[in-house]
Amino acid sequence: MNAAIPLSAQLINLFAAVILLLAFAMLAQRRMLSLVNLFAAQGFCLFLATLTAAVTTGQSHLFYSAGLTLLLKVIALPWILYRLVRQLNIKGEVEALINIPTTMLVGIVLVMAAFNVALPISELSHTITRGTLGIALAVVMLAFLMMITRQKAISQVVGFLSMENGLFLAATSATYGMPMVVELGIALDVLVGMIILGVFFFQIRDQFDSLDIRHMEKLKDN
Amino acid sequence: MSGLLTLDLLILAACAWLVTGLLGVFAGRATGFIAGLLFPLGAVIGIGVGLLGLNALGAPTQTAVLAIGLPDLPFHLRLDNLSAVFTLLLGFAGAGISIYAAGYFAKGDTPGLGPLCFEYHVFLGSMLMVLLADDAYAFMVAWECMALSSFFLVTTDHKHEEIRRAGFLYLLIAHIGAIAILLSFGVMTGGEGDYNFAAMRTVELTPTWTSAAFLLALAGFGAKAGLVPLHVWLPEAHPAAPSPVSAMMSGVMLKTAIYGLLRVSFDLLHTTIWWWGVVALVIGLLTAIFGVLYSTVQSDMKRLLAYSSIENIGLIAVAIGLTLIFHAYGMDALAALALTAVLYHCLAHAGFKSLLFLCTGSVLHATHERSLGKLGGLIHPMPWVAWLALAGIIAGAGLPPLSGFVSEWLLLQGFLFSPGLPHPWLNMVVPVAAALVVLVAALAGFAMVKFYGIIFLGQMREPALKDAHDAGPWERAGLVWLALITVLLGVLPSTVILRLDAATQQLLGAGLANTLQQQGWWMLAPISAERASYEPLIVLVSIAVTLLASRWLVRSLFHGRVRRSSPWDCGYHFEGPRAQDTAEGFSQPIRRIFEPMFRMQRHFPAARDKQPYYSVKVEDHFWYWCYLPIARLANWISAMIVALQGGRIAVYLMYSFITLLLLLLVARP
Repeated sequence: MNAAIPLSAQLINLFAAVILLLAFAMLAQRRMLSLVNLFAAQGFCLFLATLTAAVTTGQSHLFYSAGLTLLLKVIALPWILYRLVRQLNIKGEVEALINIPTTMLVGIVLVMAAFNVALPISELSHTITRGTLGIALAVVMLAFLMMITRQKAISQVVGFLSMENGLFLAATSATYGMPMVVELGIALDVLVGMIILGVFFFQIRDQFDSLDIRHMEKLKDN
Repeated sequence: MSGLLTLDLLILAACAWLVTGLLGVFAGRATGFIAGLLFPLGAVIGIGVGLLGLNALGAPTQTAVLAIGLPDLPFHLRLDNLSAVFTLLLGFAGAGISIYAAGYFAKGDTPGLGPLCFEYHVFLGSMLMVLLADDAYAFMVAWECMALSSFFLVTTDHKHEEIRRAGFLYLLIAHIGAIAILLSFGVMTGGEGDYNFAAMRTVELTPTWTSAAFLLALAGFGAKAGLVPLHVWLPEAHPAAPSPVSAMMSGVMLKTAIYGLLRVSFDLLHTTIWWWGVVALVIGLLTAIFGVLYSTVQSDMKRLLAYSSIENIGLIAVAIGLTLIFHAYGMDALAALALTAVLYHCLAHAGFKSLLFLCTGSVLHATHERSLGKLGGLIHPMPWVAWLALAGIIAGAGLPPLSGFVSEWLLLQGFLFSPGLPHPWLNMVVPVAAALVVLVAALAGFAMVKFYGIIFLGQMREPALKDAHDAGPWERAGLVWLALITVLLGVLPSTVILRLDAATQQLLGAGLANTLQQQGWWMLAPISAERASYEPLIVLVSIAVTLLASRWLVRSLFHGRVRRSSPWDCGYHFEGPRAQDTAEGFSQPIRRIFEPMFRMQRHFPAARDKQPYYSVKVEDHFWYWCYLPIARLANWISAMIVALQGGRIAVYLMYSFITLLLLLLVARP
């Protein structure tokens, strides 16, 4: 590694890399409970990355962001997801529309595209975290890819939440986080959205006896 | 003090109409209360508004800023001479219609009278606000209130499919028009972002942008007024609405569009380009010819009147075009003559068309029949309606001595001076338009004779018509009021034009007052007494004398015994009243002469038919030329787009994903 990069930046880059790896892991993971575990681990890495940035720069609102991340993404949301998985009694493995190796290959292409796109932007930034912008964008895209390829509604929600992780990482890396009000707002949105989607899951299962989104094709307006 | 008072009182009147409407909502089903108290109250306010408008004519301009509106965007109001003319029109015509409505709605067969009362008075109040608005924002708010309230009035009887359809068509075209008006205002701000009319008057625009603003305004206000090809809502919406509402829309609402066009062309845009006038003239002529031809072939009495309204709006547009042409060449005295014709025809049409629509309301109530083919001979059971309708018919046909003649005569006087235009071919082409205007006037006479003759004269085509009853006292009062306006406008043109002079002075800096003041009040000679003059009183007196003398002659020579027997019946042993000339038969020559103008589907009886019948259905070419291609295009595009909607969430997500990726790659620095 280049000696000019300070330790904190190296740490943040490390955590970001782990987040990206976890995103790939989520893309490949078939079991629902493991998927939730991976999501929690991703949240934890995000928490560590934000905390490092906060300690290095000494900006107080980054501490709050880190705390919020810990509370929401490491504890609250995984817990809700666990409960949902247990209550809905999802045993079967996650079925993907495209097989896993192909998905991974597409994912790699996306990561390259993301780095390519993010390079000029991160050159404009002067934060110690700027190197992670490409990773953040890659995480968003991988999460999107996961939403596209999965068939169970619950794994799409996990993809959605993971996408929010990527956005959060992007915000932290580019500008040391969004204003506190925006961050709180987004956090609340995610939480409320999760609760509403939880209710929907039960409704969807009652209606179709399954959480498979293919059943929803019938809802199309002809 | 007294200067500002008129505008303040008008604002109060608008509020009073609103309160009257709200009382109607709270009254709910109390028909007697709404019809017997609220509508007369609205009429009283209307008379007040009319008097205030009359008072404001010639008075100094008044302005006010209301406290309501968006933050930092209060409503600016202004009462000048142009607003005053139309306020006068709204007040007096509205009063007559409201009085009539008191009787019309008292019968309790109208669904949802409480909401109707509310919408009706909001309609009145918003039209008043349109006339008073002095910034684009207030204007558009009032304009949209007017469109929405009239939409709900049109769909009063919303249980019928075709009435909902008519209402939708009206709302659609009203919105297309509103968008054009909004864009026109946007152009007129000149990018300054100040939507006050006062600011627009000072903006200097390039000729291209000024023309864009004018054309947008012509399209927008033309959609409301019913200019071709945006007229299609009129013959659908007018028959669908209850008669007082049709009267209000045709008599008053169409005039607010004319007001808007005048406001934009002569006040807000301070330059005039000659070809604007040509555009308005040509569109107006097309509208007038189209309207009058279609009105002659209708078999539904309200549709006939609706097409006749299109024709009259066309004539008004022709006059506006002439005004623009004269004004562009600085011939302001002649422009004032044409503008006087515009204003006069607005007033005259508001009187006689409201009157005729209300008469159809009375006929409808008495017979429950709108089709001309099932009416006839109604002058016997309904003498009041028949005789009052005659006043409207004479005015509508443009015959002296009533109001319609004056404005058409003024318009033609204006045309007589068009050879003096300093333009190489306009001075030859514009007079040709005068010939077409005369053709329109003659055909309008034909349509009016058809309307009156088939409904009121002859014998009753259906036995049930014997039970028809005449209009009640409220209805009679409303009809008499409007007939009175029609007669006064016809008999006292000089007095009225002297009043209107203030408006033409304001817009063009010229007027007819100087010429008229040299003559007596009984005489109308707009340019000079040597060229042409019209003395309505002399015409009226000579008609009256001739009629009375012939009546006296007949009475004195006639032996006095009336013998009724069946006429010679051509050898047939049965001949009922159904054998009279029908509505279709009456207009057959017109249909034949102007055949290419109509899209007709005819069925002729064949010799071997068990049940022979004849039918003719006349449709509007514009449906097939303009509207259906657009509808098909929209359908085709929708069909293309529906292919994208597969119903699979993964595919939908893929669309967003690919869009995001492409945007990221394209927007890369």
